[in-house]
Amino acid sequence: MISLEKVSHEWDEFALKNVSFSVKKGEHFIILGPTAAGKTLILETIAGFYVPREGQILLNGRNITQVPPEKRKIGFVYQDYSLFPHMTVRENVAFGLKMQKLPKEEVEIKVQDIMNSMGITHLQDRVPSTLSGGEQQRVALARALVIEPEILLLDEPLSALDPRTRESLRDELRRIHEVLGTTTIHVTHDQDEALALADRIGVIMDGQLVQVGTPHAVFNEPVTEQIAAFVGVENFIKGKIISSESGAVVVQTGNYQIQALSSFKEGEVNLFIRPENIILSKAKLKSSARNCVKGKITKISQFGATFRVYMNNGLSALVTRNAIEELKLTVGTVVYASFKATAIHLLKT
Amino acid sequence: MLDQKILGSLKNRWLSLVFLFVGSSLILFTVLVLFNMIFRQLTLDAGGLLSAATDPDVIESIGLTLYSSFLATLIGALLGTPLAFVLARHDFPGKSVLESVVDVPVVIPHSVAGIALYALFMSRSPVGSAFSSIGIIFEDNLWGIVVAMLFVSAPFYVNAAREGFKSVNPRFERVARTLGASQWKSFYKISLPLSVRHLFSGAVMAWARGISEFGAVIIIAYYPMIAPVLIFHEYTTGGLSSSQPIAVLLIIICIGIFVLLRASSKYWEKKG
Repeated sequence: MISLEKVSHEWDEFALKNVSFSVKKGEHFIILGPTAAGKTLILETIAGFYVPREGQILLNGRNITQVPPEKRKIGFVYQDYSLFPHMTVRENVAFGLKMQKLPKEEVEIKVQDIMNSMGITHLQDRVPSTLSGGEQQRVALARALVIEPEILLLDEPLSALDPRTRESLRDELRRIHEVLGTTTIHVTHDQDEALALADRIGVIMDGQLVQVGTPHAVFNEPVTEQIAAFVGVENFIKGKIISSESGAVVVQTGNYQIQALSSFKEGEVNLFIRPENIILSKAKLKSSARNCVKGKITKISQFGATFRVYMNNGLSALVTRNAIEELKLTVGTVVYASFKATAIHLLKT
Repeated sequence: MLDQKILGSLKNRWLSLVFLFVGSSLILFTVLVLFNMIFRQLTLDAGGLLSAATDPDVIESIGLTLYSSFLATLIGALLGTPLAFVLARHDFPGKSVLESVVDVPVVIPHSVAGIALYALFMSRSPVGSAFSSIGIIFEDNLWGIVVAMLFVSAPFYVNAAREGFKSVNPRFERVARTLGASQWKSFYKISLPLSVRHLFSGAVMAWARGISEFGAVIIIAYYPMIAPVLIFHEYTTGGLSSSQPIAVLLIIICIGIFVLLRASSKYWEKKG
């Protein structure tokens, strides 16, 4: 287990402010934050390249704040993989074991084992410059894992890859984590990556850890507007609670009322709804558990494989091409936006 | 078809062509100066060249030049490599001052450097007498030649080495550290091999610079005569006809060694 306790440190263009979190043994913890300087610096601090100005880092209960990187047994995979260009794949993977001065035979066995399980044995005599991004990533992982690190640090491990390789490596990362159970801290700005791999997510913004929780909690119940915007909760509606009964509340917004679940009993609130939780229909859906809000389409824009439909009621929904065609949705069409009371997250303003 | 292609590419590149034409005259100038001397020597006095090449004094002098410059380069590399690494890797107050100091010898007239070195290292001076007490003498001695060469050639090595270390991604060193390498190991196993080509070419440049030094050396150590001093001596006492053969010989040997080193560095590059 590794914990950061109130870690603060300043760099030229970034600062960590009072960051605390712990990662349990075997957990895959993802630090999610906007693309900007800083996330790599957190990992480099955990790895021991910076001694924080304040706070401490504990590894299995031992204070390692002052311990140099080579004594921490923390594996590091950089975004650019940083394979040693003057060594073959095998030499790269063997490097850490050679530093431990293990007997040659043992080094060879361990190196062959890990290369086998990473599927890179056929690359062993190649030099890094001749490898594809995906292959380099596997080698970098093998090099970090062969020393059986206490903690594995991954710096945006998938962002430099093309989409197809990214997917296969994402599965690979999951498989490795299941097999080896290495405690992993992984930074990324990619929400899909975080959703797919994280046991828990810590959201970092402006050098502060603003929310830690399960992927479901972070993506559906963001604790601030800023986080909500960052994790893709597109729909914010301001409103006021007008009635509350055993957890079920009714919120009055501009032109309509919305039923939601919340422990709040009264006051001004912000409502958040993820666009993919909104269903569009031409006729009003009859369901007591649903909110159904009328609106006129103001804009439709393609967003990857899906379409985002914006309405004049302040909501936007994510729909498939199929839905667009079947419902004959165009700008100006009048539709009903339906969403469950449970899909709404309330925050006090 | 072909003509049009050539015409088209000419139109697209006229500026480069004009620049090439103008720039070529500089190359021509260099080649002409050297070739003229070599050509004259070979056609008018080939025997003179031969007798220079077999003259033990000349051979000893050229050998001394190559050897003392080699020593200066070796000392420069031993002291300059750590300095270059620090300059490449760290920012600290006063760094730009330090970098300027490294470059100072390049802008100082060589006679001035010679006088300054002489003043510091002559046996009457505190530094000179300290060295002479352990048997190292600079005036009219090999070590005088070496310090003069070291002074003028070190900037070339340090700058090349610094660029070399800068070209190594510091993440390589960091990854090595996480894999259990100490700071020294990560320098020795990662940074050093990855910048060895820069270090080598810096050493070659420094060595060449040492060989070509005259002004600083002549002031601190007229004797034993290194080749440039010998050539100057022959010129002032015997004129062009007695100095030119040695000069031509020195040029041929230097260019030969240079080509050889260049080729071996290319070979390394391919291997690496």
